[in-house]
Amino acid sequence: MTETFYDVMRRQGITRRSFLKFCSLTAAALGLGPSFAPRIAEAMETKPRIPVLWLHGLECTCCSESFIRSAHPLAKDVILSMISLDYDDTIMAAAGHQAEAIIEETIEKYDGQYILACEGNPPLNQEGMSCIIAGRPYLEQLQHAANHCKAIISWGSCASWGCVQAARPNPTQAVPIHKAPGIPGDKPIIKVPGCPPIAEVMTAVITYLVTFERFPELDRQGRPKMFYSQRIHDKCYRRPHFDAGQFVEQFDDEGAKKGYCLYKVGCKGPTTYNACSTVRWNGGLSFPIQAGHPCIGCSEDGFWDKGSFYDRLTNVNGFGVEADADKIGGTAALVVGAAAAAHAAASAVKRARQKGGDE
Amino acid sequence: MATLRTPNGFDLDTTGKRVVVDPVTRIEGHMRCEVNVDEDNVIRNAVSTGTMWRGLEVILKGRDPRDAWAFTQRICGVCTGTHALTSVRAVEDALGIDIPENANSIRNIMQLSLQVHDHLVHFYHLHALDWVNPVNALKADPKATSALQQQVAPRHAKSSPGYFRDIQNRLKKFVESGQLGPFKNGYWTNPAYLLPPEADLMAVTHYLEALDFQKEIMTTRTVFGGKDTHPNWLVGGVPCAINIDGAQAAGAPINMDRLNYVSSVIDRTIEFIENVYIPDLIAIAGFYKGWLYGGGLSSQSLLSYGDIPDRANDYSAENLLMPRGAIVDGKLTDVHEVDLRDPEQVQEFVPHSWYKYADEAKGLHPWDGVTEPNYELGPNLIGTSTNIVNIDENAKYSWIKAPRWRGHAMEVGPLARYVIGYMQGHEEIKDQVDSTLSALDVPIDALFSTLGRTAARGLEAQWAARKQRYFMDKMIANIKAGDTSTANPEKFDPSTWPTEVKGVGFTEAPRGALAHWIKIKDTKIDNYQCVVPTTWNGSPRDNDGNIGAFEASLLNTKVERAEEPVEILRTLHSFDPCLACSTHVMGPGGEELAEIKVR
Repeated sequence: MTETFYDVMRRQGITRRSFLKFCSLTAAALGLGPSFAPRIAEAMETKPRIPVLWLHGLECTCCSESFIRSAHPLAKDVILSMISLDYDDTIMAAAGHQAEAIIEETIEKYDGQYILACEGNPPLNQEGMSCIIAGRPYLEQLQHAANHCKAIISWGSCASWGCVQAARPNPTQAVPIHKAPGIPGDKPIIKVPGCPPIAEVMTAVITYLVTFERFPELDRQGRPKMFYSQRIHDKCYRRPHFDAGQFVEQFDDEGAKKGYCLYKVGCKGPTTYNACSTVRWNGGLSFPIQAGHPCIGCSEDGFWDKGSFYDRLTNVNGFGVEADADKIGGTAALVVGAAAAAHAAASAVKRARQKGGDE
Repeated sequence: MATLRTPNGFDLDTTGKRVVVDPVTRIEGHMRCEVNVDEDNVIRNAVSTGTMWRGLEVILKGRDPRDAWAFTQRICGVCTGTHALTSVRAVEDALGIDIPENANSIRNIMQLSLQVHDHLVHFYHLHALDWVNPVNALKADPKATSALQQQVAPRHAKSSPGYFRDIQNRLKKFVESGQLGPFKNGYWTNPAYLLPPEADLMAVTHYLEALDFQKEIMTTRTVFGGKDTHPNWLVGGVPCAINIDGAQAAGAPINMDRLNYVSSVIDRTIEFIENVYIPDLIAIAGFYKGWLYGGGLSSQSLLSYGDIPDRANDYSAENLLMPRGAIVDGKLTDVHEVDLRDPEQVQEFVPHSWYKYADEAKGLHPWDGVTEPNYELGPNLIGTSTNIVNIDENAKYSWIKAPRWRGHAMEVGPLARYVIGYMQGHEEIKDQVDSTLSALDVPIDALFSTLGRTAARGLEAQWAARKQRYFMDKMIANIKAGDTSTANPEKFDPSTWPTEVKGVGFTEAPRGALAHWIKIKDTKIDNYQCVVPTTWNGSPRDNDGNIGAFEASLLNTKVERAEEPVEILRTLHSFDPCLACSTHVMGPGGEELAEIKVR
């Protein structure tokens, strides 16, 4: 752990010029502006590579798949030059006991120093044996690795909230990482929700951690504010159509062809905190709304259990009093939805008046 | 017990040393494998265990059928989208919804992108390290590597000695740092690795090139579905409306700019597959020609549902560009019809699976599928229920059910599709297979092996890349003819639906035949069942003792070092196992949680 990132990158044949370019891109990806590039360069010249154990519980591997689609930095450069990805059963060469030995080795060598990256979550039913690693419950592997790590990253909605396997009736009793039994309370947990999270958000979180050697500022739910402090709706390029009361009424209608607002066909953008409408997806190419589908709210807690993806937000009502998290989330959805509906109605009236005036 | 012959013709001997591989890595999801090896280190018994489940089918009960694609898409993020496509097809089948031609072309392009991406990533990032030794690449002569590259793929631009020297230097420093990351604890001194250093360096270089390039392939889906992984789909068509030259086309999902973008991605994809993947496949296979283990069921029982409908809404075998059919009992020239609605054809059994049936002697057709978890271990288990040392395969031993086609355990996947297509006289498939066999100078029997499976996957990636171009051109011609329709909203409103309907949708996922069966009652999902590729390939035994494709393929393979499972990994990886897919099946046996009322 005495080498610096810069040393490592240099030794791997990366030129000073490429390194500086990388720093500029990193700065841009973090929204920090060009003046931060030298600071990142300096940080990377003085700080060591961090070992990462990337564990997989109940999940679908969409987080890993998203991660490898990162355009800046490239997944290749993250894996070869920024972190030391010592355990990740999806790509590691070793299998069986040679694979499991790596966890022990890492704990021994880097106790309290490594990052634990969690994709998926542990089930508690069936003695925990609905997710088996090396003949034992995944929960045990998770607890063991968590006890000795420096910090935890909860990748995606599974690790952050529970996601699809935790949707009603949650038959395996899958729980998010922060609610799993035996996870030490003193370990910082950073949640990067989304199903999956945006690739460049994932790599930006890693870059931030290794560059500034601290967690990004988190909201009270544990999400980095830099990517999760605004709703999709707040910066959606279709927002002017919402304000003007111009809506897609059904798929493939005239409004759909003109890129009107998708609120009436169920868009959850008004209640979803994520960076899709700003960072966008796959190198900034597009995002769901741009491709004509309403946001399904995949970075929100319990988004599977808030009614149909094609129901208008105002239809999400009648949340019971049983579950606190859902009550809070549901109420928020209802209020914002109602406000949005009122706004939409007002806009429509305004438009009708204008239209009437024009005629 | 000494030797036992299974009804499907395999000899099992459990007397030798038991070797356990858990976790099996470089797959999707979680899996365990146990084998018995004899005194010559030859595998004589194989047991594959699916070690996870999540319960998606139960979660789907009572939901809006139009949402099912999003739930089922989360069965798997590696074959992302194929479950979603299967799901919208099942719902459309149930409700009698026809989709527009453009929607069919867009769905096909998205599905073909997945085939190419999945196969490419599998070859380089999941499978290659079974054949390629990155440490050995350090000994390569960059100049000789350059010569090799120019010989095997003269049209690939990145081939100079300097280029390979740079990569080698980067690799060298990486290895010297002692922080080997994903290469740590690999089997790099195992004599099973046969490539000369130059071939290793070329392959490692392309491991990195492919890692950079793979993300481009899927951007077709970002354009049509808004994001990838997990793009968006729609019952009745696709969500991306087309506006080529009308007002506000610039803000529309599909306009001229977007079509050009997709078109350029398709061209680059074809180029990469033909200049990198295929040449590497042939070159590497050339060094392992003698390694013809791993055939398993592939020369006797194969199944494919078919996919990629040429015209929209016609799911007959004649209209499917990927072949449909079933081969049993090793009668290769006798390809049977497949009917997913026939209760006698596809059935699932659970005597060796961690589920409970009222009568476990019988199988159930998926429309009538019943699943209730039952995690119990047999009397010959070594260990405890939460610390399995050796599993008892005579009892229940896997979270995967045992699907059977007319009672037969079947292999599915690219090799199944290619053998079935070849036997049906599918011209493009025949051309590809014949030219590959002749390039490698091996007989057709060589197909029935681990290498054959790996080769078929590569050929299919090439086929799929080219077919993307076909559907892109087809869509442009259709738009030119004045049809810009992408969705049929007619029956989108649930109030227009009949009270009770059922349907089935199918695709060929990268890993093989996939189908979803749905029953809709009062506009909600009444029953939803998925039978997926790795359920077929990773099937445990059935009542009669027939073994599944994974288990059959491992038999009679010699392992160089029993403690280093590289040969086991080679053969299992040749199927590209996807365990999150296979083991999502689940019943409502879980602890009752507080019900959250949504309405």
